[in-house]
Amino acid sequence: MKTQPSALDVQRVRRAWLMVTPMLVVLLLVAGWPLGRTIWFSLTDAQLSQLDNWSFIGLENYLGEYGLLRDPEWWGSVRNTVVFAALSVLIETALGLGVALLLNHPSRLRTLLRASMLIPWAIPTVVSAKMWSWMLHDQFGVLNHYLVSLGLLSTPIAWTANPDLALFTVVLVDVWKTTPFMALLILAALQMVPQDCYEAARVDGVPAFTVFRRITLPLILPGIAVAMIFRMLDALRVFDLIYVMTSNSHSTRSMSVFVREQLIDFQQIGYGSAAATVVFFTIALMTILYMGLLRPALQKVEA
Amino acid sequence: MKQPQHKPKTRWLPRLGYYVASAALVLFSVFPFLYAISSSLKGRAGLFSPALLPEAPTLENYRAVFSEQPFAHNLMNSVIVAGGVVLLSLGLSLMAAWALGRVSFRGRGALLLTILSASMFPQVAVLSGMFELVRWAGLYDHLGALLFADLLLTLPFTVWVLVTFMRQLPKELEEAATMDGVGVFTLVFKIFLPLLWPAVVATGLLAFIAAWNEFLFALTFTLSTEQRTVPVAIALISGPSGYELPWGSIMAASVIVTLPLVGLVLYFQRLIVSGLTAGAVKG
Repeated sequence: MKTQPSALDVQRVRRAWLMVTPMLVVLLLVAGWPLGRTIWFSLTDAQLSQLDNWSFIGLENYLGEYGLLRDPEWWGSVRNTVVFAALSVLIETALGLGVALLLNHPSRLRTLLRASMLIPWAIPTVVSAKMWSWMLHDQFGVLNHYLVSLGLLSTPIAWTANPDLALFTVVLVDVWKTTPFMALLILAALQMVPQDCYEAARVDGVPAFTVFRRITLPLILPGIAVAMIFRMLDALRVFDLIYVMTSNSHSTRSMSVFVREQLIDFQQIGYGSAAATVVFFTIALMTILYMGLLRPALQKVEA
Repeated sequence: MKQPQHKPKTRWLPRLGYYVASAALVLFSVFPFLYAISSSLKGRAGLFSPALLPEAPTLENYRAVFSEQPFAHNLMNSVIVAGGVVLLSLGLSLMAAWALGRVSFRGRGALLLTILSASMFPQVAVLSGMFELVRWAGLYDHLGALLFADLLLTLPFTVWVLVTFMRQLPKELEEAATMDGVGVFTLVFKIFLPLLWPAVVATGLLAFIAAWNEFLFALTFTLSTEQRTVPVAIALISGPSGYELPWGSIMAASVIVTLPLVGLVLYFQRLIVSGLTAGAVKG
């Protein structure tokens, strides 16, 4: 900024805008415009069957007599989503930390461990939902079979049909699929811990657990926090797993499942869009928090 | 005198712990997929026995998936959608990544933030607006709708990761190219692209997986069985009677769509791990 920009620089900047524009146009078309329309629809009584014929009803979909805020079904889905996200992220973090420590240990098994860990991650969510539905089948499921023959259960359990168990079951399947991702992010943080910290501790003969608690954990905590929020953002919009494993059950319906049901099955574009808008702003809030934590890294890109 | 007695014990126990934990990790990760493969090879009678090794292995379920469902069609749809989305995303984001990674201009920081936040977008937030757009463009129940909509999932991610890698290329290279009067497209696609090959493969593969697995848009924007992609086809497989699900066929279909992915992921695991962490944390 100190010196006058040269003609070459001006040309370069113009070219840069030329190069980002196509991407920005596409992003505007797939994200900006549809989001704007969704928010707008949320203020109308539009129906799927006649999208052009609607009237403006203000905040009726949110605050009205039959509005979102007074809809126990909506609050049920909010509760399910929050329980699902909190439980799965907490369990994943604990397991992911364990797996990351295991993978960080120098050993010939490392490659094998990483390869097998990537398998659940590579399996499409719909497929893992189906695979687990089969393994958890109330009559022929292999899991019930093992648990009964080991004497841990007296009779087979209907894992996904029992309202008290269904949400918990869905959490377990999600944990199975996404722990590897958490482990990879934590492993990346672990590998950035400077080695001389450990050498100093070894020279002083500090016990392993103290080293972990006093040196490793504080240093990887920011990395863990970023990973947790990143996964939380993902978990709050959960759809596939719940839709496939327990399609119409009230006991597991997430916010995203609720939105799609209103929009497509009940054709209530206005009402469904209001719910979608709430989901968007909840996640936007989390994203801002995530960005705040990522700021140091972002400044590095800026520099 | 205490230490020599103490030492062997502390070495032996963590070692055992390490092997037990490793065995548990491998078992939990691999067993469900192995069981799916085994179930897919069992005949109608054997399916309901919990044994891991099928007694009389048969390919009957695989035949059924292709003859009783339009599964070949579904596979083709998925290849077209995921492949198309990857090519579009990579082309657009390579251009954008040059600008965002190598040129400093006003508003660049804001653009990067917008792109990063777009990668957190909940799909349901655009569902009704996108539905209207898709219908208006006459793309409802066409693969084109997915080719378009899935860009929401892949584009912010590919831009973000490629910017990171594009920044690491040497400055001198670009200066030399500019001296020779090379245009910006030649610079990006002829000079930088070959150097970025590993990064492009990693991001392309991750974008491919995202588009291949996409479910919500595919479920909502297609209606006929022939237009379905594989995740939707698998989710909606039903048996001839309509009462009992054909678990053998479902497992066969699951294995078919997963095996190539698992193969690719294992083959490119190093690249994938670096791409994933660059996308999520490194910045």
